[in-house]
Amino acid sequence: MPSLPDLVCPAGSLPALKAAIDNGADAVYLGFKNDTNARNFAGLNFDQKSMTDGIRYAHAKGREVLLAINTFAQAGRVADWQKAVDAAVDQGVDAIILADVGLLDYAVRRHPQQRLHLSVQGSATSYEAINFCQREFGVRRAVLPRVLTLAQVEHVIRNTSVEIEVFGFGSLCVMNEGRCWLSSYACGESPNTVGACSPAKYVKWDKQPGAMETRLNGILIDRFGDDEPAGYPTLCKGRFDVQGETYYALEEPTSLNVLSILPDIVKIGVRAIKVEGRQRSPTYVAQVTRTLRAALDSLRDGSERFHVKPAWQAELSKVSEGSQATLGAYNRPWR
Amino acid sequence: MSPNFVIPRFRLPAFIAGIGQKLPQWPHALVLVGALNAALKMKLLPETELTALEDKLFRVRVLDTGGEACYTFSNGLFRPVFRPQREPDLAFAANLSAYLQLLARQEDPDTLFFNRELEITGDTELGLIVKNMLDAIEWPALPQFPLLRN
Repeated sequence: MPSLPDLVCPAGSLPALKAAIDNGADAVYLGFKNDTNARNFAGLNFDQKSMTDGIRYAHAKGREVLLAINTFAQAGRVADWQKAVDAAVDQGVDAIILADVGLLDYAVRRHPQQRLHLSVQGSATSYEAINFCQREFGVRRAVLPRVLTLAQVEHVIRNTSVEIEVFGFGSLCVMNEGRCWLSSYACGESPNTVGACSPAKYVKWDKQPGAMETRLNGILIDRFGDDEPAGYPTLCKGRFDVQGETYYALEEPTSLNVLSILPDIVKIGVRAIKVEGRQRSPTYVAQVTRTLRAALDSLRDGSERFHVKPAWQAELSKVSEGSQATLGAYNRPWR
Repeated sequence: MSPNFVIPRFRLPAFIAGIGQKLPQWPHALVLVGALNAALKMKLLPETELTALEDKLFRVRVLDTGGEACYTFSNGLFRPVFRPQREPDLAFAANLSAYLQLLARQEDPDTLFFNRELEITGDTELGLIVKNMLDAIEWPALPQFPLLRN
């Protein structure tokens, strides 16, 4: 049995960071309060003071802080992204998670000692792409997009010495990570340009008798009956009229949950398991971190005896988007 | 409150809302505004986000008690609005148990929203600011604030 992977948990605020650490995260990831990170939502993320406090809190308990600068430098404003990299180094984060190859190049030249991770937004699904980033930018870890089967993840791991991080829990989307422009199609803004998918200022929740309508920049995304679970207002999770039939044409609101295949993920040598959700509250972070910590710890004594406790599943199902969970691409029979 | 206390999901009987709607609404508004101003005084609310709340009208409706409170934020203080003249900029509606679970940080607002136990209407971005502001508050440790911890 290889050693247990790190549990990497989201922190959108200082209380969320503390919740992650207190409930057993090995590392937290966070972002600055600007469009250099893909969760650039009002009121979320860290200023200099809260980041200093957060890093001190994590390091005092021997945990790591990873900083996501996972959007792409925009034309004419490249210096803003470079300054974010400099600020992250000054703050003393354990690693910077980058997606933009131009920025990776800047970071490795300017700060050769800084540990760099390749973001999921970097969209590297093959070991060739990952080994390229290792050779050119000294990348030490890569976060895999959520499109690979477990066998494909293993194939990547066998062909690279870069540490591999995979997603273990959280909201799913169409997973065209780092290349998705659906949000821009609806409202002219998307994660790659402003650091947010379906920004809140374009979202309207409209209560109608017996139903709730969601609109994104005026486009009807979905209509939920009073008993139907709701999801985030993104185009990929909308129900649309396709040739006379109305259904989730791209993706249903759902969450990834790898509990049932956790022993396999550990066995193939995954180095870290990531939890999605910097936009969620400290409560969610505590619930998910606590649950995955318990599941991982139960593997420490050997995977043969591992079984998913109903209480773990219940806790994770409750906080899932659309109140349902899936193994996503991991157990897909086709490639 | 014991650290293991869990607020159950419950819904008060329908007749309570019927009575609640007939009762004066000003006590709810006063209690809520008092709590918010206390948080202000303790410097728990971040000043940068507070500017976004200036002169906005908020409504908090408790479905199963039939109670509702409207308030606004102006000149550095939360103030009750007893006879709102317009639709609120941001409105919350939920049963009492959902609000208690939120306050105790026992449930996540997105979870309650996905499960249709919390309704947010109006200016969505304002809603996000309020939600993230509440999430970023570092409540004083026990025992000073026992009602807000689970």
